[in-house]
Amino acid sequence: MKIKALTANEAMAEAMRQINPDVVAAYPITPATEIVQHFASFVADGLVTTEFVPVESEHSAMSACIGAAAAGARVMTSTASQGLALMHEVLYIAAALRLPIVICEINRALSAPINIHCDHSDTFGARDSGWIQIYSEDSQEAYDSVIQAVKIAEEAFLPVMVTADGFILSHAMQRIEVLEDEEVKEFLGEPKTPYTVLDTDNPITVGPLDLQDYFFEHKRQEAEAMRLAPPIIEKVGKEFGERFGRYYGLVDPYRLEDAEVAVVVMGSTAGTAKEVVDKLREEGKPAGLLRMRVLRPLPLKEIVENLRDKKVIGVMDRAEGMSGFGGPLYTEIRSGLYDVPSHPPLYNYIYGLGGRDIKPEEIEEIFKELFDAAAGKEIPLVNYKGVRE
Amino acid sequence: MKDIIEIRWHGRGGQGAKTAALLFGEAALDTGMYIQAFPEYGPERTGAPVQSFNRLSKKPIRIHSGITNPDIVLVLDPTLVKKVNVLEGLPEDGVIIINTSKSPQEIREELGIQGRKVFTVDAYDIAMRTIGRPIPNTPMLGALIKATGILDFEKMLESVRAKLQRKFRTRPEIVDKNIEAIKLAYQETKGEE
Repeated sequence: MKIKALTANEAMAEAMRQINPDVVAAYPITPATEIVQHFASFVADGLVTTEFVPVESEHSAMSACIGAAAAGARVMTSTASQGLALMHEVLYIAAALRLPIVICEINRALSAPINIHCDHSDTFGARDSGWIQIYSEDSQEAYDSVIQAVKIAEEAFLPVMVTADGFILSHAMQRIEVLEDEEVKEFLGEPKTPYTVLDTDNPITVGPLDLQDYFFEHKRQEAEAMRLAPPIIEKVGKEFGERFGRYYGLVDPYRLEDAEVAVVVMGSTAGTAKEVVDKLREEGKPAGLLRMRVLRPLPLKEIVENLRDKKVIGVMDRAEGMSGFGGPLYTEIRSGLYDVPSHPPLYNYIYGLGGRDIKPEEIEEIFKELFDAAAGKEIPLVNYKGVRE
Repeated sequence: MKDIIEIRWHGRGGQGAKTAALLFGEAALDTGMYIQAFPEYGPERTGAPVQSFNRLSKKPIRIHSGITNPDIVLVLDPTLVKKVNVLEGLPEDGVIIINTSKSPQEIREELGIQGRKVFTVDAYDIAMRTIGRPIPNTPMLGALIKATGILDFEKMLESVRAKLQRKFRTRPEIVDKNIEAIKLAYQETKGEE
């Protein structure tokens, strides 16, 4: 193990170098540009044996990844925001063909207006594409999760995107524990692929027309693969912890057990919010936090177990769902708790769109409002924190 | 020492405020600290006011918000002190280190600074004498250590030397000149009586 000062971009690129995928097809985009740039340097310097395919768009990047993965290769790429949006139609194809592709994704707002900074609207847009989604609290987790993602993808035969917050993590240097190359290699083992189109003794067709007769069955199987993914994600997170000391699960509960008021949050804001929870605890206020590390598959059991007995819950969304009723994480958590008899009231806080800074004081205000609600005060269901209006 | 020390660097685009924060962050990491180093990302134009930041702690750093109340402020260009509110969020016991040929007393009067500790260093002059170009970022590292004692000076030098050696593999003389600039700044940084 080596201790290095790295940004999330550098850390994710370093993980890719250690994974040494068979094929990387990528088109750089801010704020994920450096991932592709660093990886291209690794290729040029002969540090990896990867076939690097510089393509003309993200749509082509994912298409090339699909072709390579269908041939049985271990495949990775990286993108952000508009790039992920441009991949949209092919994301569904990667998932439905059950190809274990991994994306290093840097969360960035979607246009318009044009913005290069962090929110989660890009990956929320890909929420229903059939990809497993893992969100990172910090750059160490981004590095660790990219390595785990390869193993998860190859056991679930589903593609995985690992995300890190744009600029807040992608361009901020922090202390990272980097594994030895050999440790990564041993942890991952040989690539496992669902099939290969190159096996001429057993010829198969990939992606043919599939109409009323079988399309439904194939979708049913894909849904089943997603339903079966949580134990695989947990097993890989546990095995990673046993080997390297950092354990990962589907969710990350923080001081939640005896909490009366809890916030649900994703990404780097969870770290800031943990500091706030500690401060409130010192003041004797029973605050807690649930960080959603995995959003797809939705960890329904963990949502219920961790939140069912809380008095009041606040869900922090770094995206606006444009549903007319709050952000996407809000509706997911709200729906997840529907079957709990007398479930706690849930309030939504949309924050940080387009990289708007979220300060500890603002998270403290959110908790204060939630404690007020717990004491019987009426507050709006959907709130915007840190916006001028 | 506070749980987390926060630092804000003011510079102009092209002066190396980001590089200074990264070099300093890495030096602190090498002494066993947990660190963050990040620039403010706006439209980047040469000469425009820019900022970069550090957090340092003996414990893992979980906070990811921007820095609004720094403990230490460094100003890489003297003309910024009247252009930007360099004192913003700096508490009464905060430290401000300015690249200027003026004395701390003159700066204090000029800005009407109450409280705080003021340090000055003529980083342009030092850079011209050593590097041969007015690049203030590395000298300011020396001033930072002199003013705050936040890291061991020799260890910081060692770390910066190693980092610069990687960056300027083919031009070792640049490394030596920068190290010399840091040493001079460490000697020439002026505080108040």
